[in-house]
Amino acid sequence: METLYAITVGTLTACSVYLILRARSFPIVIGLTMLSYAVNLFLFSTGRLVIDQVPIIGAGEHYTDPLPQALVLTAIVIGFAMTAYSIILAVRVRGEFGSDEVNEPNYQADKEDKR
Amino acid sequence: MLAQHLPILPLLIPLFAALLQLFPWGDNPQFYRRIIGLVSCSGLIVVSVILVLQADTATLVYAVGNWQAPYGIVLVVDRLAAMMVLLTALLALPVLVFGCYGEDNLGSHFHALFQFQLLGILGAFLTGDLFNLFVFFEVLLISSYALLMHGGGKKKLRATLHYVLLNLAGSALFLISLGVLYGITGTLNMADMALKVAALSGDDAAIARIGGLVLLIVFGLKAALLPLYFWLPQAYANTTGTVAALFAIMTKVGIYAIIRVFTLIFGADAGLAAGLGYDWLWWLGLATLAVGGLGVLGSRDLRLAIAYLVVISVGTMLTTFSMANERAISAVLYYLLHSTLVTGALFLLVDVIAEQRGKTASRIIKGRKLAQHGVLGLLFFVAAITVIGMPPLSGFVSKLFILEAARTGAQVALLWPLVLFSTFLGMIALSRAGSRMFWHTLPGKATDIRHAAGQLATIAVLLIGALVLTVLAEPISAFTNAIAADLSHPQRYIDAVLQLTGGSYE
Repeated sequence: METLYAITVGTLTACSVYLILRARSFPIVIGLTMLSYAVNLFLFSTGRLVIDQVPIIGAGEHYTDPLPQALVLTAIVIGFAMTAYSIILAVRVRGEFGSDEVNEPNYQADKEDKR
Repeated sequence: MLAQHLPILPLLIPLFAALLQLFPWGDNPQFYRRIIGLVSCSGLIVVSVILVLQADTATLVYAVGNWQAPYGIVLVVDRLAAMMVLLTALLALPVLVFGCYGEDNLGSHFHALFQFQLLGILGAFLTGDLFNLFVFFEVLLISSYALLMHGGGKKKLRATLHYVLLNLAGSALFLISLGVLYGITGTLNMADMALKVAALSGDDAAIARIGGLVLLIVFGLKAALLPLYFWLPQAYANTTGTVAALFAIMTKVGIYAIIRVFTLIFGADAGLAAGLGYDWLWWLGLATLAVGGLGVLGSRDLRLAIAYLVVISVGTMLTTFSMANERAISAVLYYLLHSTLVTGALFLLVDVIAEQRGKTASRIIKGRKLAQHGVLGLLFFVAAITVIGMPPLSGFVSKLFILEAARTGAQVALLWPLVLFSTFLGMIALSRAGSRMFWHTLPGKATDIRHAAGQLATIAVLLIGALVLTVLAEPISAFTNAIAADLSHPQRYIDAVLQLTGGSYE
């Protein structure tokens, strides 16, 4: 189970890094979303992977660590808000500049200065 | 009764102020929002002064919801945290007053965002829990994303996009490092983690070191250390003066986090993880200094030049900090106070200058004479010699402390030339900018945009702060010496939080 889990997290991270390095805003947003999934899975695993146990000490033979679950929940909420904001921002940039390249080579500050 | 809850007041005040400001306040909402904001910032100053006085006698530990450390989240007010809170409050009030002269009308919800920003910054200073630090980082980042866009415009949009994407990646790294450290130590409380990290051995220690270094990358991104500083000049140069001035404290949050974590968790007592990252900080800090100096010299816009002065200050502080002796840490803290106030003043000043110059704005070229030529020239002169570090003001004193802190031959050989050379470059750049803007003006009538005396007074107040730092250099450096002694003996912090020898919380 640990191996499968590690491969999943690793693949997600690798794909997200590839997408982020594309330097176009939409792939980057998708990449960051995938990265946050990978991070959430990783955080979840830091309490050690346990199946079929309750997060209460003494309720069974073993217990699962409740803290990573709380952390992941917080991270999901924050990540969700961030994704929403970055999508809006990406849409605005696309509308204003007519391109979704993050570092558009033709973009120069002089355009505005000349006005 | 209230005294017991004092440590959480710096969070509750801006939080409730922001919530109140979000109410629809009838026909003239901005009036009420300004009042609430000003009351909140004044209240913060009062509370933080009391906190500094109390923290000087004993470290205050506040267990939120009365869940004791290491299980609950604690707020810890030691000398360092109290000083940072006071500094934030002292910066926030003049900046907000400046903003109330019309800049807050450029976009919606400026005031609420300002308070949320303060909430995030103060929370980051006060918390004693690493995951809670992440949450407050996010609070301050979310509001800074929106504040950067304040006023709108294409350049801001581009700078904000870069800033947001970079910081989202930074947040992901932050969570990864927290996961690594939690997985190894099983705790998120900083004091408890310090004890656990010190007891690690073998592979566990190696993994904890990796976690610590990832954490350094994250804090380096916030503090704008060399390979990660590229967001800063664009972001600071394109936003409005009030926001940039408030952001003067933002890089300091990163520096505070580095100082806190790398003295407490990865400090001298950390066993196999001791002294983690100090070599990196030394070399990257020096490189940041050099690049910042070149950036200042190469800037054709005054705002950009000041943004690069921020980069120089970051390099100076982190290099000095990495020397890891008590004098060095004390010098860093004194420099931090000075640099925050004076950069804040400069950003506000450039805003005024740019507005009065009209079309040429803040670009360093010949322009029309300013309407309030004399006052602005004087303010610029004072701010410039302070930020460069010429005698007699606080910049000089703080650079003296920093140079004095270098002890070994290698430290002196590298730190002195770089600090002095970047000072020299800054001097050239600012004197060029000053002479172009104030002396080589185009013949003819001065521009007719004038600024209210109150608005200029806020800049003067921040500069008077620098003057006070100079006059009271002795007691203030005594206080920063005490902080440095605390940081060099992390056991004091750990004892206070975990109540090993009985903290101040009953």
